[in-house]
Order: sequence, then structure tokens, then C-alpha cells
Amino acid sequence: MSVLIDKKTRVIVQGMTGGEGTYHTSQMLEYGTKIVGGVTPGKGGTTFSGKGEVHFKKPVKVYDTVRAAVEAAKPDATIIFVPPPAAADAILEAIDSKIKLIICITEGVPVKDMIKVYSALKDSDSRLIGPNCPGLITPGECKIGIMPGFIHAKGNVGVVSRSGTLTYEAVKQLTDLNIGQTTCIGIGGDSIIGTQFIDAIELFNEDRETHAILMIGEIGGSAEETAAEYVKKYVKKPVIGFIAGRTAPPGRRMGHAGAIISGGKGTAADKTKALEEAGITVVMSPADIGKAVQEALSNAPKRRRRRKPGTKGKIGRPKATSKADKDMAEMS
Amino acid sequence: MKIHEHQAKDLLRRFNVPVLKSKVVYTADEAGKSAFEDFVNMGCNTIVLKAQVHAGGRGKGSIHDITTDEIQFVGEKQVRGVNVISGNDVAHTIYEYAVRMLGNKIKTIQTGESGTIIGRLLLEEGVGIAKEFYAGIVLDRGTGKNTIMVSTEGGVEIEKVAEESPEKILKEAIDPKLGFQNYQARRLGIGLGLSGDAFKSFNTFITRLVRAYESLDCSLLEINPLVLTTNGTMIALDAKMNFDDNALYRHAEYEDLRDITEEAPLEVEASKFDLNYIKLDGNVGCMVNGAGLAMATMDMIQMSGGSPANFLDVGGGANVDRIANAFRIMLSDPNVKAVLINIFGGIVRCDKVAEGIVQALKKVSVNVPVIVRLDGTNAREGKLLLKNSGLAFKVAENFEQAAKLVTEVVAA
Repeated sequence: MSVLIDKKTRVIVQGMTGGEGTYHTSQMLEYGTKIVGGVTPGKGGTTFSGKGEVHFKKPVKVYDTVRAAVEAAKPDATIIFVPPPAAADAILEAIDSKIKLIICITEGVPVKDMIKVYSALKDSDSRLIGPNCPGLITPGECKIGIMPGFIHAKGNVGVVSRSGTLTYEAVKQLTDLNIGQTTCIGIGGDSIIGTQFIDAIELFNEDRETHAILMIGEIGGSAEETAAEYVKKYVKKPVIGFIAGRTAPPGRRMGHAGAIISGGKGTAADKTKALEEAGITVVMSPADIGKAVQEALSNAPKRRRRRKPGTKGKIGRPKATSKADKDMAEMS
Repeated sequence: MKIHEHQAKDLLRRFNVPVLKSKVVYTADEAGKSAFEDFVNMGCNTIVLKAQVHAGGRGKGSIHDITTDEIQFVGEKQVRGVNVISGNDVAHTIYEYAVRMLGNKIKTIQTGESGTIIGRLLLEEGVGIAKEFYAGIVLDRGTGKNTIMVSTEGGVEIEKVAEESPEKILKEAIDPKLGFQNYQARRLGIGLGLSGDAFKSFNTFITRLVRAYESLDCSLLEINPLVLTTNGTMIALDAKMNFDDNALYRHAEYEDLRDITEEAPLEVEASKFDLNYIKLDGNVGCMVNGAGLAMATMDMIQMSGGSPANFLDVGGGANVDRIANAFRIMLSDPNVKAVLINIFGGIVRCDKVAEGIVQALKKVSVNVPVIVRLDGTNAREGKLLLKNSGLAFKVAENFEQAAKLVTEVVAA
């Protein structure tokens, strides 16, 4: 089992015929993801099978609007590859068309636009992952994102991370140690993101196949601290954490829009402390992430049943944001 | 993106946010002349002279000679980042202060020991202050809403207030659908203990401030202090404004507000090539793809006994030119004693990156050890390319080995 996506998940691609969209759609098709349509305004009614050096293994139908794609192709999820000025609009269109899972890869969406999107999300049943994220993958079943598929393996560790290549690094360390993953979720590096650590951890906590959770955080904000409080209260599975940016100077944005220590808040030291207080194993060296997960798994009580029927972590499960919001409102 | 106080005030004027009459100058002559013509001649005999630097804490900041580091005085009085000047010969005194400030360094709690060079000054009319407040608008990342904060504790560090007496900070979140409402302005005004004209003046002030923040795509707008003058009106005595970098494409005019003297020269150079480079004080340069991996690599360098000389994310499209420029910039830092390249090939193929590194090193001369770690897509082909290049790389198989090599190189 997995969270959010599996081999049955039907996916459309917003911005499929652009450069990035074309390349990554071909890669997702190669991985076996069920791509059931693409959306490019003005190209509806055609089919698309790549351009330049990129050839899809099968042609994909193109629709003018998300609504048209939803009516014809019945997608469970959409992935968005549109440039920053149009990204928020694309997410809002997907929310309006009631798509349950929306993944936005785009980097550079203005905060003002995301404030609007975040508000619209709360009034909907949609879940957003990203923006500025690599997407998510359930190894061997479904990849909705831009991560290299081959480094992943099917297994029992849930991975959630704010980063891209650092996640690939951690996943490869796991796979090299024969530790597979249930699902890996890249939640994104921006200040406002749809799915936060706490939401992903809640999903993994309720997923019976997930035996351990790896969270990869970084400086900026307080999402790691909020998640740590949740872990302390509700999570019995081993949780392993890594926080990037111990050597980052305050007041500087470290690549990701959200990775900034401001007013002395959001330091790696504070986050590490919060995680440790919640009983999370914090790895200090990024070279030791795989080994730490291996150790945590071998120390965990064997074959313990996690009972939480009815919450299978499928698409469309009610969002887990309300509690997180309250907690964070208090903190800030 | 950060801008200067005088630029922020110019923008606030567009939204009718009350600010004082002021004038920015770049030389001491200009300062003296402006003091006379724009202020004294207009009947204003108290002028506030303020260093225009991005760092905060100017009021308590000290001014140091650019070469000798000597603390600057005018007569018996120590020159600060903000100076209130009045008396008989105001224009001349302003000139005296300006001579000691411009081109010299200011050191504040935010600049650290290295300080920042003062390139411009703001002259502003003095005003009678009845009371000082704080007003700020910032994104609350947890709730995804912009939040207004006000406090009766004006003119002091707001972080300190938040720490020591959080109850003295009043907050109102802006509902994205409804926008800022009048009752919220009233609630804040009452909370600050205002009444009568001051209360009315505050309501107008804060409403306009919110409009400016939203229209300008700010990521931070801080008025500290916001003052109630002895005339009973609210005025922004200082203004700190940052913009959302993701929204800069909507405001082409902001490019003119950029002051590159506030940025490290190497960062300015890197930005020309769209390289995400941040200069640090360490001895091991690093070049990485991806921001998270770059931060983790910096951390690893420190754990291995070195210290990171920079943050550098070369991004996904790591082609020869990009890598060559990245190398050149990284190596222009004289502190760099070794270089670590850490690439995790996902979409980007390691053999392509290796090719780029080899070609780049033919263009740029490198006199320090170079450790290369390639992993992920086509890593083997990439490493083979490096080995066959005839260049002296230290090739690491994984993150752990890379860390060990850093330790060895730093110790040598």
C-alpha cells in the first residue's frame, strides 16, 4: 500500500506541450504512470506524442480546459508545469474542477498569488503538493513528478521532504541499503505550500505499509516544529529527521524561497531541538541518513500491528490541514 | 529584495502614507547644500541625518574610518548611523557629519564586525515626538495570510519584544478573500491606547500601509518607529521594505532600486549568470545542484573539519558555461583552499556535468585540490570521464567518502 497515489491513479498534465511538460510527461509514461490527458488552451481535440527528441510511448489526448479534461478523462490527479505568472491560475482552475490531488512543480510563484490559492484550497476538497517541488512517487506504481524513478524501490519507508536533489540523495542511500519506500513526497521549498510536513506525516502514520518515516527539513518557517508536536502526540512508528542548513547565515535566502532564518527564527538548531524532544532521531551528517533509517527499522519492535481502519490514505481523504493551521497560528 | 529607507519612503508617498520631508544625498557638499536650501531656508532648524544602508540598528551603530577603523567624532560627539542635528550652523554641522559618514563604514548589530560602507545619506526634517510605536506587515507562513503587527514598544527591536513580552504585540490577519477591514484597524488603534485625532490618524495610516504592502508585492514592511507627533498625527519615521523575489517580474522598476554596493561583489557577478551564489567566510568552496543538497553539503563540510566558503546551487541545467563561470567565481574568493563538487544526477546526467567540469577546468586555472562526487544518472560514465581527463581530481564514490576527502584536504 502507499499514500495518495498508486498504480490506478489517473493523471492529467497541465502545460503538457511546453518544454518541461513534454519531457517529464514522457518520463512519467515510461515509469508507468497512467497519463490520461493533457491541458493546453487552444490545442484541445488534438493528441500529443512529444516533440523534438522526446517521443511519448503512446499519444495523449489534449484538452482546452481542466474542466473538459475532467469530464472526458476522469483524472484523480493533475500535475502542473506552467510558468510562474500562470501557475496560481492553473492551480485555481484545478481546484475549481474539483481534482482531488494537485501537484505544482513550478518554481517562482509569487507569494501574493499563493495566498489566494491557499485560501481557495481550504474551502475545497483538493489537496495541493508544492509548488516548487519535485512531486511524489509510489515506487513501481506511479510517479507524478520530476524525480529520477530508478533510484527508488518499493518498500516500507515513507519519505517527506522540502527539497529535491537532497531527497534523491537520501532515497538512493535507502535503496542502496535495500530499504524501499512506500511513497516519497516532495512538499516543496516555498513559504506557502499546500501540503505540510504534518499532513504528510499523518498520512504515513495511518498507512499500514509504512513502518518508518523519514522527514527532510531545512531552515526557515516552523513546519518542522509543528510536525514534531504531532509526532510526539500521535506517531508510534520510528521517525528519522534531517535538517539542512546548520551552516546557513541568518537573513539570507538559501536557494529555496522558504529557506531563510528571519528574526532569529527558523534555525536548524531550533528545529533539531524540537525534533529530538519529540523523540525523532535526528541525523547530523547527510551522509548518514540511510544508515540512520536502517538502524531505526532494526530497533523498532517487529511486526507490530498499526490499527487505524478506514483511513487508507487514498486520494480524497479529508485534508489534515485544520489542526496544523491552528497550531501554527499560535506559534507565529 | 531589500531596498533603502529613502526608496521605501518614496514608494510610501505614492500611497499617501505620511512620511516626513526628506532628501537623499551622495556627497558631503550636496549634504551641506541641501541642509541649507531645502531645510534651513524653509525654516527647519533641526535635521536628522541618516546613513542609508540595508542593515538595521543604525541609531546605535558606530562609524569607522574605512582604512584605520578609527571611530568617528565631530568635536566631542560620536557620529552614529542616525544623528539629530540642530543649533546655530546646522548646514555646516551636517557637512561635518557627512564628511565622516560617507565612504566610511558603519557597524551595527546587524552588520557585524566587517561593517557596511555608507554610500548615501538621508536628510530629514526633525519632528516633535509624543510617542513611538511599531507597525509591521509580514506573511504568516503557518496560516498563509499576511499579518499586521503593532506594538506600543516602538523604536526597539521587535524580535526582542516578541521574546520578552509577546502580549505587547497586537496582531490582525488579513483575510485573502475580504481584505483588510476597518474594524481591524479600529481594533489595533484601540489596542494601542489611541483616541481622538491620533486614533483617526492611525486608522488611515494603517489602511494605507496595508494597501502599499499588497500593491507593491512586499514580503516585509516595517515602520519602526511609527510616531505620534506632538501635532497629533501618525508618521512613518523609518521604513523597511523588502520585496517578494518571486514577484519581481511584475515590477520592472524595482531593478533601478537595487544598490549593488550593498551586495558582495562575487554575488553580483554570480547573479549575472543566474547562479545562486552566497558568499560565506569559510575555506572550502562548494558547487552543488539543488538548494537542499547545497545546504546539506555545506553542513557536511563543517562536520568534516572545514568550513563552507559559499553556497552555490548550479541548478539543473549544468552546462559548460555555467560550470566555468561558477568555478571562476568560487575561486576568486582568496579564502578557498579546496573545492568540492557534489552533483546528484537526476534529470541532469552526470556524464554531461563531468564533461562540463573538464572543459571548464581547461578555461579556468585551478590551484587548489578539487574533490568531485557524482552520483545518480550516468554517474559511472561521468567518473570515467574525469579519470581520463588527465586533470587531478579527487573522485569520491559517495557522500561519506566526499566528507573524508574534505577532512584530508583541509588537514593537509
